[in-house]
Amino acid sequence: MSTATTPTGSTKSRYNAARKKSQWKTIWIRFKKNKLALAGLAVFLLMAVTVLSADLWLDFESGALTMDLANAYQAPSGAHIFGTDQYGRDYFTRVIYGGRISMFVGIATVAVSLTFGGLIGATAAYYGGKVDDILMRCMDVLMAIPSTLLAITIISALGSSMFNMIVAMGVSQVARMARIVRSAVMGVKGQEYIEACRACGTSDARIILRHIFPNAMGPVLVQVTQTVARSVITVASLSFVGLGVSEPTPEWGSMLSFAKTQMRYYPYLSLFPGFAVVMSVMSLTLAGDGLRDAMDPRLRN
Amino acid sequence: MSEKLLEIKNLHVMYKTDEDDVYALNGIDLDLDKGETLGLVGETGAGKTTIALSILKLLPERTGFITQGEILFEGRDVVNMKEEEMRMLRGNDISMIFADPMSALNPLHTVGKQIAEVIELHNTGMSHGEIEKKVDEMMELVGIPAERKTEYPHQFSGGMRQRIVIAIALSCTPRLLLADEPTTALDVTIQAQVLKMMDDLKERLNTAMIMITHDLGVVAQICNKVAIIYAGEIVEYGKIEDIYEGERHHPYTVGLFGSIPDITSNAERLTPIDGLMPDPTKPIPGCRFADRCPSCMDICSRKSPGMVNFDGHQIKCFLYESGEEN
Repeated sequence: MSTATTPTGSTKSRYNAARKKSQWKTIWIRFKKNKLALAGLAVFLLMAVTVLSADLWLDFESGALTMDLANAYQAPSGAHIFGTDQYGRDYFTRVIYGGRISMFVGIATVAVSLTFGGLIGATAAYYGGKVDDILMRCMDVLMAIPSTLLAITIISALGSSMFNMIVAMGVSQVARMARIVRSAVMGVKGQEYIEACRACGTSDARIILRHIFPNAMGPVLVQVTQTVARSVITVASLSFVGLGVSEPTPEWGSMLSFAKTQMRYYPYLSLFPGFAVVMSVMSLTLAGDGLRDAMDPRLRN
Repeated sequence: MSEKLLEIKNLHVMYKTDEDDVYALNGIDLDLDKGETLGLVGETGAGKTTIALSILKLLPERTGFITQGEILFEGRDVVNMKEEEMRMLRGNDISMIFADPMSALNPLHTVGKQIAEVIELHNTGMSHGEIEKKVDEMMELVGIPAERKTEYPHQFSGGMRQRIVIAIALSCTPRLLLADEPTTALDVTIQAQVLKMMDDLKERLNTAMIMITHDLGVVAQICNKVAIIYAGEIVEYGKIEDIYEGERHHPYTVGLFGSIPDITSNAERLTPIDGLMPDPTKPIPGCRFADRCPSCMDICSRKSPGMVNFDGHQIKCFLYESGEEN
C-alpha cells in the first residue's frame, strides 16, 4: 500500500486544480441528473431573465400604466398576447412588471428573515441554556400567530408600502427560520467531528463557519426556497386583500384580486397572473430541493 | 526517560445536572513518561473517557467540572490554563482519537482538507505546497494512497476512516496521544491492523499514548502500563506484567479477567462480575467495589481502602493492606 509514489509537483497541482473545480462541478453534475430540478431551475431563470430585462423591450409607462379605455377587455391576440385589462392596458406588460415586485419582495423577505432568524437560531443553538430558552420562547410567541395574519397586522400598523410589506413579511417568517436554523445547528453541534475539531485546537469561529454552517445548510436551503415561494404567495394574497401594492402599480396579487370579479366573462385575466404565481413558486421549490440533494456529498453515487 | 510527560494528581471531576451531581472521578493519580503507553481499562461509565476529556479540558460546558486536583503536562498546569493556550496545546502537543470513525470526520470536507486543517492551524506560515506535501506524507504513513485525499469520508471503509482519524491526530507529531477506544467500532481483523499501525507509529514518532479500552486483549498488545478504573477510581495500577502475570490482584481485576473467554480451559460458562456499578450520584464511605466483591470484609463498607504499593504495582484493597498497617 505504501508503495504508491508520492506525487510530483506537477501532478499535485493538477490534483488541487481538479479539486477546486470539482467542488462546484460535481454539484452541477449531480444537480443535472435530477431532471425535475433542472426544469425548475430553467423555468425560474427564464422568468427571472424576462422580468429583469423587461425595460429593454417593454415600455412600462405606455404598456402598464397608460389607460386606453377603447381597447379594454381585449382577448389575447397578436397585438396583445395576454389581452388587455379593464383599462385597456397591455396585460402581458403588467404580468411581467408585476413579477418584479413579487419576486423582489419574495427575495427581500428571505434576506430579512434569514439574517435575523439565522442569527437568533444559531445563537440559541450554539450557546444553549438560558440564552436558548429566552430566544426560543420569544420565537414561540411569534409562531403562535399565523404568519399571514401577523404580516397583515404589521402592515395595518405601519401603513402599506413596499418597504413595510418586506418588513412585515420578513418578521412573520423570522420565527420559522430561527427554528430551522436552530435545529440544524443543534444537530450538527452534537456530532463527534465537531468535538474532534475542538480536540484539534480549532477555534470557535472556525468551527462555526467551516464545520457547522456548511453541514447545517441543507435544511436551511430548502427552507429558503420555500420561504421565497411562500412570500410570492403572501405578497399576492396581501395585494389581493388590498394591503400590498396599490393601483396602478401592477402586481400579481392585486391583478388576481380584480380579475376574480370578471372570472366568468374574462377568464384569461385570472389565468395569466395565476399561472405566473404557480410557475414561479413551483420552479423555485423544485430547484431548491434539487440543489439541497446535489450539495450533499453523502447522497452522491 | 525519567522526565514526566503527564502527571495527574488527585483529580476529581463532577458532572452537575439538573437532577443530580454525578461524581465521575474520585481522586485519580496517574503519570506517564515520554514514549510510554498506558492502558485505561474499565467498564462503561467508569470514567475513562472523562479522564481523557479532562486532560484536554473538553468536559461538557456547564455540566462537567474539575473540582479538585492537578493535571500537569510537561510541568505546565492544564487545569488553570487559558482557553487560548489550551487551543495551542490541543492537536499540537496532545491529540485525541475518537471511538467512532464514522462520525469523527466531517462528511462535507475531503479527507485531505481535514488533515490539512490541523496542520494549518498549528503551523502558521507554512506554505500551501508544504501543507499538501505533509498531507500526502501523513496519508502514506497510515497506508492510504495520497491520491485518495480528494475523496470524501463516506467513500472510505471504516478501517480506512479510522486510519485517517489517526493521521489527523498524528499530523502535528503530538507528544501525547489520547486514544478513546480507537478499535471498538472496527472488526477484529481491521482492529489488529490498526493497532499494529498505531504501535509502529508510536515507536517511530516517540509519542506517549493513553489507550482507553475495555478490551484486555488490546491492552496486552500495546501497553506498557495499565490502570484499572472502577467507579471513578483507580483500583489497580502497574506494569503490564504485574497486571497480567502478577500474583496479587484487586478482586475487580480478577473479575475482569474471569469475564474473558479462555481457549485453554474448558469451562462451560464465563464468570461475570455480579451486580452493577454503584450509583455515581451518591458518595460512598467505604470501598466502591464492596457490594460486588467476592472477598468483601467488614471494614470494606465502612472505610475506603488506601493504595498499597508493591514495587510500583499498586492495589487499592484491604486484602493487602492488613499486613502493613492498622
